[in-house]
Amino acid sequence: MGVGTYLALAAVLFGIGAAGFLTRRNMLIQLMSIELMLNSVNVVLLAFNRVHSANHEGQVFAFFVIAVAAAEAAVGLAILVAYYRIKKTIDTDDARLLKY
Amino acid sequence: MTSAGTILFVTTAIFSMVGALVTVSARRPLRAAIGLLVHIVSLAGMFLTLDAQLLAAIQLLVYAGAVVVLFVFVIMLIGPAAEVGPIQGRIASRTMSLAVTIAIVLAVSTSLAYYDLPWGAASQEFGTVEGLGMAIYSKALVPFEVISITLLVAIVGAVAVARSRTE
Repeated sequence: MGVGTYLALAAVLFGIGAAGFLTRRNMLIQLMSIELMLNSVNVVLLAFNRVHSANHEGQVFAFFVIAVAAAEAAVGLAILVAYYRIKKTIDTDDARLLKY
Repeated sequence: MTSAGTILFVTTAIFSMVGALVTVSARRPLRAAIGLLVHIVSLAGMFLTLDAQLLAAIQLLVYAGAVVVLFVFVIMLIGPAAEVGPIQGRIASRTMSLAVTIAIVLAVSTSLAYYDLPWGAASQEFGTVEGLGMAIYSKALVPFEVISITLLVAIVGAVAVARSRTE
Protein backbone atom coordinates (compact mmCIF):
# COMPACT_ATOMS: atom_id res chain seq x y z
CA MET A 1 0.00 0.00 0.00
CA GLY A 2 2.35 2.69 -1.22
CA VAL A 3 1.82 6.22 -2.40
CA GLY A 4 1.36 4.84 -5.92
CA THR A 5 -1.99 3.32 -4.93
CA TYR A 6 -3.27 6.75 -3.99
CA LEU A 7 -1.97 8.23 -7.24
CA ALA A 8 -3.62 5.47 -9.32
CA LEU A 9 -6.89 5.95 -7.48
CA ALA A 10 -6.71 9.72 -8.04
CA ALA A 11 -6.08 9.12 -11.75
CA VAL A 12 -9.13 6.85 -11.96
CA LEU A 13 -11.31 9.40 -10.15
CA PHE A 14 -10.05 12.21 -12.39
CA GLY A 15 -10.80 10.05 -15.43
CA ILE A 16 -14.35 9.35 -14.24
CA GLY A 17 -14.88 13.09 -13.77
CA ALA A 18 -13.38 13.94 -17.16
CA ALA A 19 -15.45 11.27 -18.92
CA GLY A 20 -18.59 12.57 -17.22
CA PHE A 21 -17.80 16.14 -18.22
CA LEU A 22 -17.16 15.15 -21.85
CA THR A 23 -20.05 12.76 -22.43
CA ARG A 24 -22.93 14.17 -20.38
CA ARG A 25 -25.06 17.05 -21.66
CA ASN A 26 -26.74 17.95 -18.38
CA MET A 27 -25.09 21.10 -17.05
CA LEU A 28 -25.72 20.13 -13.41
CA ILE A 29 -23.94 16.81 -13.85
CA GLN A 30 -21.10 18.49 -15.73
CA LEU A 31 -20.58 20.82 -12.74
CA MET A 32 -20.58 17.78 -10.42
CA SER A 33 -17.95 16.16 -12.68
CA ILE A 34 -15.75 19.25 -12.24
CA GLU A 35 -16.05 18.76 -8.48
CA LEU A 36 -14.95 15.13 -8.91
CA MET A 37 -11.85 16.23 -10.82
CA LEU A 38 -10.94 18.89 -8.22
CA ASN A 39 -11.35 16.33 -5.44
CA SER A 40 -9.03 13.84 -7.11
CA VAL A 41 -6.30 16.48 -7.26
CA ASN A 42 -6.63 16.92 -3.48
CA VAL A 43 -5.92 13.20 -2.99
CA VAL A 44 -2.62 13.56 -4.89
CA LEU A 45 -1.59 16.65 -2.91
CA LEU A 46 -2.33 14.99 0.42
CA ALA A 47 -0.60 11.72 -0.49
CA PHE A 48 2.63 13.49 -1.48
CA ASN A 49 2.43 15.74 1.56
CA ARG A 50 2.16 12.65 3.78
CA VAL A 51 5.37 11.30 2.20
CA HIS A 52 7.25 14.59 2.64
CA SER A 53 5.73 15.29 6.04
CA ALA A 54 8.32 17.81 7.23
CA ASN A 55 6.07 20.68 6.09
CA HIS A 56 2.42 21.32 5.27
CA GLU A 57 2.72 22.71 1.73
CA GLY A 58 0.47 20.08 0.11
CA GLN A 59 -2.24 20.42 2.72
CA VAL A 60 -2.18 24.21 2.37
CA PHE A 61 -2.60 23.78 -1.40
CA ALA A 62 -5.49 21.33 -0.87
CA PHE A 63 -7.09 23.86 1.47
CA PHE A 64 -6.95 26.54 -1.24
CA VAL A 65 -8.26 24.07 -3.86
CA ILE A 66 -11.28 23.38 -1.64
CA ALA A 67 -11.94 27.12 -1.24
CA VAL A 68 -11.66 27.76 -4.99
CA ALA A 69 -13.92 24.75 -5.70
CA ALA A 70 -16.57 26.21 -3.40
CA ALA A 71 -16.40 29.58 -5.18
CA GLU A 72 -16.52 27.81 -8.56
CA ALA A 73 -19.62 25.84 -7.55
CA ALA A 74 -21.41 29.00 -6.41
CA VAL A 75 -20.64 30.95 -9.59
CA GLY A 76 -21.29 27.95 -11.86
CA LEU A 77 -24.69 27.28 -10.34
CA ALA A 78 -25.56 30.98 -10.62
CA ILE A 79 -24.68 30.86 -14.33
CA LEU A 80 -26.81 27.70 -14.64
CA VAL A 81 -29.81 29.44 -13.07
CA ALA A 82 -29.38 32.47 -15.35
CA TYR A 83 -29.07 30.15 -18.38
CA TYR A 84 -32.19 28.26 -17.32
CA ARG A 85 -34.12 31.57 -17.12
CA ILE A 86 -33.25 32.29 -20.76
CA LYS A 87 -33.53 28.85 -22.39
CA LYS A 88 -35.89 26.95 -20.03
CA THR A 89 -33.54 23.95 -20.26
CA ILE A 90 -30.12 23.03 -18.88
CA ASP A 91 -29.07 20.93 -21.88
CA THR A 92 -25.66 22.23 -22.94
CA ASP A 93 -26.33 21.19 -26.56
CA ASP A 94 -28.75 24.14 -26.68
CA ALA A 95 -26.16 26.60 -25.37
CA ARG A 96 -25.28 28.54 -28.49
CA LEU A 97 -26.08 32.10 -27.45
CA LEU A 98 -22.49 33.23 -28.07
CA LYS A 99 -21.90 31.15 -31.18
CA TYR A 100 -22.88 33.59 -33.93
CA MET B 1 0.79 1.96 7.03
CA THR B 2 -1.11 -0.08 9.61
CA SER B 3 -3.61 -2.74 8.64
CA ALA B 4 -6.49 -0.62 9.98
CA GLY B 5 -5.34 2.15 7.67
CA THR B 6 -5.27 -0.30 4.75
CA ILE B 7 -8.79 -1.48 5.47
CA LEU B 8 -10.01 2.13 5.73
CA PHE B 9 -8.24 3.02 2.47
CA VAL B 10 -9.72 0.07 0.54
CA THR B 11 -13.23 0.75 1.85
CA THR B 12 -13.12 4.46 1.11
CA ALA B 13 -11.52 3.85 -2.30
CA ILE B 14 -14.35 1.50 -3.32
CA PHE B 15 -17.04 3.86 -2.03
CA SER B 16 -15.45 6.92 -3.69
CA MET B 17 -15.29 5.15 -7.07
CA VAL B 18 -18.88 3.89 -6.76
CA GLY B 19 -20.06 7.37 -5.80
CA ALA B 20 -18.20 8.95 -8.73
CA LEU B 21 -19.63 6.40 -11.18
CA VAL B 22 -23.16 7.02 -9.86
CA THR B 23 -22.57 10.77 -10.23
CA VAL B 24 -21.57 10.63 -13.89
CA SER B 25 -24.01 7.90 -14.96
CA ALA B 26 -27.24 8.80 -13.13
CA ARG B 27 -30.05 10.07 -15.29
CA ARG B 28 -31.74 11.94 -12.43
CA PRO B 29 -29.62 14.82 -11.06
CA LEU B 30 -30.74 14.16 -7.48
CA ARG B 31 -29.24 10.66 -7.65
CA ALA B 32 -26.06 12.20 -9.06
CA ALA B 33 -25.99 14.59 -6.10
CA ILE B 34 -26.33 11.69 -3.65
CA GLY B 35 -23.51 9.89 -5.49
CA LEU B 36 -21.40 13.03 -5.12
CA LEU B 37 -22.22 13.04 -1.39
CA VAL B 38 -21.06 9.41 -1.02
CA HIS B 39 -17.89 10.25 -2.96
CA ILE B 40 -17.11 13.27 -0.76
CA VAL B 41 -17.76 11.54 2.57
CA SER B 42 -15.59 8.57 1.59
CA LEU B 43 -12.80 10.91 0.43
CA ALA B 44 -12.97 12.60 3.84
CA GLY B 45 -12.40 9.17 5.36
CA MET B 46 -9.48 8.62 3.00
CA PHE B 47 -7.91 11.92 4.12
CA LEU B 48 -7.78 10.43 7.63
CA THR B 49 -5.48 7.66 6.38
CA LEU B 50 -3.15 10.42 5.12
CA ASP B 51 -3.04 12.17 8.53
CA ALA B 52 -5.02 15.15 7.27
CA GLN B 53 -7.57 15.43 10.07
CA LEU B 54 -8.33 19.13 9.66
CA LEU B 55 -8.79 18.78 5.89
CA ALA B 56 -11.15 15.82 6.42
CA ALA B 57 -13.28 18.06 8.63
CA ILE B 58 -13.09 20.93 6.13
CA GLN B 59 -14.03 18.52 3.32
CA LEU B 60 -17.16 17.47 5.22
CA LEU B 61 -18.06 21.06 6.14
CA VAL B 62 -17.48 22.71 2.77
CA TYR B 63 -18.40 19.96 0.29
CA ALA B 64 -21.00 17.86 2.08
CA GLY B 65 -22.34 20.82 4.02
CA ALA B 66 -22.33 23.58 1.42
CA VAL B 67 -21.65 22.44 -2.15
CA VAL B 68 -23.94 19.38 -2.24
CA VAL B 69 -26.68 21.35 -0.48
CA LEU B 70 -26.27 24.08 -3.10
CA PHE B 71 -26.62 21.48 -5.89
CA VAL B 72 -29.74 20.00 -4.29
CA PHE B 73 -31.17 23.49 -3.82
CA VAL B 74 -30.67 24.30 -7.51
CA ILE B 75 -32.24 20.95 -8.52
CA MET B 76 -35.25 21.89 -6.38
CA LEU B 77 -35.34 25.39 -7.88
CA ILE B 78 -35.28 24.17 -11.48
CA GLY B 79 -37.70 21.30 -10.96
CA PRO B 80 -38.54 18.84 -13.75
CA ALA B 81 -36.26 20.64 -16.25
CA ALA B 82 -33.24 19.46 -14.24
CA GLU B 83 -33.55 16.12 -16.01
CA VAL B 84 -32.24 16.29 -19.58
CA GLY B 85 -33.40 13.67 -22.06
CA PRO B 86 -31.12 11.12 -23.72
CA ILE B 87 -28.43 12.46 -26.00
CA GLN B 88 -29.10 12.25 -29.70
CA GLY B 89 -26.44 11.96 -32.37
CA ARG B 90 -22.74 12.74 -32.23
CA ILE B 91 -22.00 9.11 -31.37
CA ALA B 92 -18.52 9.28 -32.89
CA SER B 93 -17.20 12.21 -30.87
CA ARG B 94 -18.72 10.92 -27.63
CA THR B 95 -17.25 7.45 -28.12
CA MET B 96 -13.92 9.00 -29.07
CA SER B 97 -13.76 11.22 -25.97
CA LEU B 98 -14.69 8.30 -23.73
CA ALA B 99 -12.09 6.02 -25.36
CA VAL B 100 -9.31 8.61 -25.14
CA THR B 101 -10.11 9.30 -21.49
CA ILE B 102 -10.10 5.59 -20.60
CA ALA B 103 -6.83 5.05 -22.48
CA ILE B 104 -5.08 7.94 -20.71
CA VAL B 105 -6.39 6.85 -17.30
CA LEU B 106 -5.30 3.25 -17.86
CA ALA B 107 -1.83 4.33 -18.97
CA VAL B 108 -1.33 6.76 -16.07
CA SER B 109 -2.80 4.57 -13.31
CA THR B 110 -1.04 1.35 -14.30
CA SER B 111 2.30 3.12 -14.57
CA LEU B 112 1.82 4.84 -11.19
CA ALA B 113 0.31 1.97 -9.22
CA TYR B 114 3.61 0.42 -8.09
CA TYR B 115 5.47 3.69 -7.51
CA ASP B 116 6.48 3.67 -3.90
CA LEU B 117 8.07 6.00 -1.40
CA PRO B 118 8.59 5.31 2.32
CA TRP B 119 5.82 6.87 4.37
CA GLY B 120 8.08 7.84 7.24
CA ALA B 121 6.91 9.05 10.62
CA ALA B 122 4.85 12.21 10.75
CA SER B 123 5.24 14.58 13.66
CA GLN B 124 2.59 14.75 16.35
CA GLU B 125 0.89 17.90 15.02
CA PHE B 126 1.02 16.94 11.31
CA GLY B 127 -2.36 17.73 9.76
CA THR B 128 -3.98 18.88 12.98
CA VAL B 129 -5.55 22.28 13.52
CA GLU B 130 -2.35 23.45 15.18
CA GLY B 131 0.04 22.24 12.49
CA LEU B 132 -1.94 23.25 9.42
CA GLY B 133 -3.08 26.48 11.05
CA MET B 134 0.50 27.49 11.82
CA ALA B 135 1.48 26.67 8.22
CA ILE B 136 -1.37 28.74 6.77
CA TYR B 137 -0.93 31.74 9.06
CA SER B 138 2.86 31.85 8.88
CA LYS B 139 3.73 30.85 5.31
CA ALA B 140 0.53 31.43 3.33
CA LEU B 141 -1.00 34.43 5.04
CA VAL B 142 -1.32 36.59 1.90
CA PRO B 143 -2.89 33.79 -0.22
CA PHE B 144 -5.26 33.13 2.69
CA GLU B 145 -6.42 36.75 2.65
CA VAL B 146 -6.67 36.69 -1.16
CA ILE B 147 -8.83 33.56 -1.03
CA SER B 148 -11.20 35.31 1.39
CA ILE B 149 -11.53 38.18 -1.10
CA THR B 150 -12.08 35.61 -3.87
CA LEU B 151 -14.93 34.01 -1.92
CA LEU B 152 -16.46 37.43 -1.26
CA VAL B 153 -16.27 38.30 -4.98
CA ALA B 154 -17.76 34.89 -5.83
CA ILE B 155 -20.72 35.53 -3.50
CA VAL B 156 -21.38 38.98 -4.98
CA GLY B 157 -20.88 37.65 -8.52
CA ALA B 158 -23.25 34.73 -7.95
CA VAL B 159 -25.94 37.09 -6.67
CA ALA B 160 -25.38 39.48 -9.60
CA VAL B 161 -25.50 36.70 -12.22
CA ALA B 162 -28.43 34.76 -10.82
CA ARG B 163 -30.58 37.83 -10.07
CA SER B 164 -33.49 38.29 -12.44
CA ARG B 165 -33.23 41.45 -14.51
CA THR B 166 -36.27 40.91 -16.69
CA GLU B 167 -39.04 42.19 -14.42
